[in-house]
Amino acid sequence: MTQKHYDVIVIGAGSLGVPTALALAESGASVLVIEPNASVGQLSNKKAIGGIRATHSDYGKIKVCQRSIEIFSTWKEKNGDDIGWLSNGYAYPAYNEKDEKKLKDLMKIQLSHGLNIRWISPEELSVLAPGIRMEGLRGSTFSPEDGSASPLLSTNAFYFKSLKKGAEYRFHERVTAMKTEGNRIVEVVTDKGSYSAGTVVNAAGAYAADIGKMIGLNLPVMPDNHEAAITEPVERFLGPMIVDMRPGPRSLNYYFYQNNEGQVVFCITPEPAILGVDNDNTSEYFPLVAKRMVELYPRLAQLRVRRSWRGQYPNTPDGFPLVGESREYVNFVNNIGACGQGYMLGPGMGELTARIVLKRLSEDDHKILKSFDPYREFSGMELFK
Amino acid sequence: MITNRITEHPVLSVPEPSEVVFYWNKTPMKARKGEMISSALVANGVKVFGHHHKDGTGQGIFCANGQCSKCLVLANGLPVKSCMTAVKSNMVVESVDGLPRLPEAVAGAEIQDIEEIEVPVLIIGGGPAGLSAALEMARFGIKALIVDDKNELGGKLVLQTHKFFGSVEDSHAGTRGNQIGRQLAQEAGENPNLTVWTDSTVLFVFKDKKVGILKAGEYKLVKPQTILNAAGAREKFLRFPGNHLPGIYGAGAFQTLVNRDLVRPSQRLFIVGGGNVGLIAGYHALQAGIPVAGLVEALPQCGGYKVHADKIKRLGIPIYTSHTVLSANGKETLESVTIVKVDERFRPIPGTEKTFACDTLLIAVGLNSIDEFTSETEKAGIPVFAAGDALEIAEASSAMFNGKIAGLKVARFLGAPTGEVPEEWYKKAQVLKSHPGAVQPQTFSEVEEGVMPNIHCLQEIPCNPCTTVCPKKSISTKDGTLMGLPVFNGECIGCGQCVLICPGLAITLVDYRKDPETPEVTVPYEVFNYPVKVGESVKCVDIDGNLLGEFEVSTVQSNSKIKTQLVKIRVPREIAKRVVSFRIQDEEASQPLEKVVMPERTPDDSFLCLCERVKVKEVRELIRQGVRDINQIKAVTRAGMGSCGSKTCELMVKQLFREEGVPLEEVTSNTKRPLFVEVPLGVFAGMKEGGER
Repeated sequence: MTQKHYDVIVIGAGSLGVPTALALAESGASVLVIEPNASVGQLSNKKAIGGIRATHSDYGKIKVCQRSIEIFSTWKEKNGDDIGWLSNGYAYPAYNEKDEKKLKDLMKIQLSHGLNIRWISPEELSVLAPGIRMEGLRGSTFSPEDGSASPLLSTNAFYFKSLKKGAEYRFHERVTAMKTEGNRIVEVVTDKGSYSAGTVVNAAGAYAADIGKMIGLNLPVMPDNHEAAITEPVERFLGPMIVDMRPGPRSLNYYFYQNNEGQVVFCITPEPAILGVDNDNTSEYFPLVAKRMVELYPRLAQLRVRRSWRGQYPNTPDGFPLVGESREYVNFVNNIGACGQGYMLGPGMGELTARIVLKRLSEDDHKILKSFDPYREFSGMELFK
Repeated sequence: MITNRITEHPVLSVPEPSEVVFYWNKTPMKARKGEMISSALVANGVKVFGHHHKDGTGQGIFCANGQCSKCLVLANGLPVKSCMTAVKSNMVVESVDGLPRLPEAVAGAEIQDIEEIEVPVLIIGGGPAGLSAALEMARFGIKALIVDDKNELGGKLVLQTHKFFGSVEDSHAGTRGNQIGRQLAQEAGENPNLTVWTDSTVLFVFKDKKVGILKAGEYKLVKPQTILNAAGAREKFLRFPGNHLPGIYGAGAFQTLVNRDLVRPSQRLFIVGGGNVGLIAGYHALQAGIPVAGLVEALPQCGGYKVHADKIKRLGIPIYTSHTVLSANGKETLESVTIVKVDERFRPIPGTEKTFACDTLLIAVGLNSIDEFTSETEKAGIPVFAAGDALEIAEASSAMFNGKIAGLKVARFLGAPTGEVPEEWYKKAQVLKSHPGAVQPQTFSEVEEGVMPNIHCLQEIPCNPCTTVCPKKSISTKDGTLMGLPVFNGECIGCGQCVLICPGLAITLVDYRKDPETPEVTVPYEVFNYPVKVGESVKCVDIDGNLLGEFEVSTVQSNSKIKTQLVKIRVPREIAKRVVSFRIQDEEASQPLEKVVMPERTPDDSFLCLCERVKVKEVRELIRQGVRDINQIKAVTRAGMGSCGSKTCELMVKQLFREEGVPLEEVTSNTKRPLFVEVPLGVFAGMKEGGER
């Protein structure tokens, strides 16, 4: 059987795989994306609620997301299609001294990286988020340059553009094995055929570890499940993404914003985590998240919920992605473990991964990739997830 | 002041006015206490309830069934579905133009835990199938919870003012649907084994085997051992330019307005679809005093029962077979409809266009099972049964019978000593859902003396009440089966029982005894809002509505219980056997306009998804680009992302794939997610919907 050869095979057409394929195709590489689902973004990508922020706590994520924001925010202007970008900012309100201190300490780091973030008073927040509970509110961070876009529209926009640039996609096709010779992957075998490539990129999201296992690698990506929902659209009333970082009953933080369509999208982090991959909704989610949201923002009680869904955070032990070349196989690159931030990291990380594959890394890229080093110790923990 | 209220109806009793005042965009209006806001608005002549936020086009009544959000209004500041929200005294109702404003918080609403309730059986839907099933299982002591989203049990039976087909012993044949509905509802309500939640909507069957239910505005979690899906069906929609105009909706929605709420939403109607639903809607329109300009059916023959088609043809409604809708025309609301003849491959034949003025176009192009409760219950790992239209689209008589079978199965599943379902029940169920057979040519007996029934029933359908009711047992079906054509053979005493009971109004009596040359023909009549009087001439017609001449009415016998009049007319002997009825609708009502209105938009400019205003061309383009995943179509165009949750567009998207030559095996269906209908967030926090306003 004659195998088709590509410069690069990307495994997974999701938040990270599609922008990676786009960046590679744009630089002239021949790219094949292999995806078991029927189209792009059908797993965790479309489950993302669409928040995009650069206000992280470390250099790597900040820089990658700054580039992502540049791509998202200028997409319509450059490419013509609306991806739902909204420069609505993020706000982390503080209702206790401990959180206030934590946020203010973090702001120092963020400001040192040149991020646009400031502390606003309760009154200022109530202008941005009219109706939010004022009792006990001590103030909030506000980062106006962060924003949001539609994962559905943007991933499809990236996809259609990548097609134009020559990328190929094989849907309904699952990678079942990878054949190796020495320190190289020589063949990617699927349930429908087999292909060879100069480089293989693992962008398999929640299934990244399964791909690693095929060639004996133990990639520390462990998915857990998060549930989200969207409401009917209403007239714009809410400015920024609101992140309530306080833990509550059977949950950690939760967050919500009003998207470009006027719909409020919200998600909660369950505690303890629901490990594994399970896309079926349970009856627990709505009462859990509704009580907390209505308590924080009583006006939301009247907003009608339209649809809910479940998706995965492909977590790593320290909350940072795993991005870089493999030591064991010289032509295997990981772009995985985005820990629920794959969508916002995607475009920036796609370009960065393309530069890894094409051996075009800059000095700054090396600095960025330090945080994402797949061979790091995993001793620390992301300060601000 | 406009009052589109039905003040007289041949079958339904008109309720007392008991009027309350409400305000529509500051104008005071009158409503019947407890009626839905949508019906109150229609009664006051309001057609446009708001304007869509995407393109500013008008929106109004569409499903009248709580499934979409096209009838959205603000009621005391809250966005609500007007078809599911009762009007209250002094309520301030406003149109939703663009996106509604999020209301302020309600004071005093308390966050509470959600009550969980365990039940042996949860029955979704209290219509003919659900109620029959409930009563059957209750006979064996099985306790069941019936949940229905309307404020009255009975489902669509409540809307059926016509007499039912089937057999007397198994499906109440000859009795009117609304009476059957009320009877079943009463029996269920009085049965100690059955608990009924009306005004209650099933929101989802969750993976942890709990069912989320909005019970009269409060959220409950129900944990059943088994579920019976008897949720019925929803109406299919059609694409043609202008299909978004207010005034275009399903025949079911129309029946809700006319027969449940007794409002008259139309001054002139047009109907698409010659199935039973469309044909009956035409009949119901006349009973509500609404002229019907015509009915189109794309096939060369109507799919519904011939007796239903004959009935409306005779009364003066033209049926255009091999015709389709080319366009709906109008600026803000529907003003006219243009139809066109189609060839054998359903392609329009240019030059055959006709335009009819009308303000309402009913879509009756078939039903689609509400099967998502079944699939979601299966996914959750709860044993599930289904009955009625949720199982298979058929007549309500069939739904009642297969509901009974499902009820027995559920009881058996839960360990009741029911024994097997009798084999003959399955056979009967099979017969009741039979499609009509071929049409036989009409023949008449040569006898022209005495008195005898003349049976104008030429197509095999599952129906035999005429055989049951004849005191002389002189009517029997040809082969003794429920499907067989009825024949008269024997003695007739001229009692008229067969004429009164026939659901198809297809039996007449011809009485030669007084005057053999001018016999007296007795015809059934139940559109007496178009009154006939003794001494008046009526336009007598044959089975197909052909005019036989004008003759004088000699007697009008009313029957207050059966609500069918017997009208006697003396006609010449030569035509006596052919007279079936008389025309009531003026020909003027069905005349096309002199000038044909040709569509301004192309067929691909029609809307595929009304909720999100997605046009056919947007989706077709994606299919042509190679998209095969409906989830991706949804992601890119938002088709299916609106409030109805793809209940309307899903089938139309699939149809478009077929049209583009893509086999559906290559197409990935869209994923179903909670919730089935939209619910305020606060409800999940234990607050009552709408708060304490």
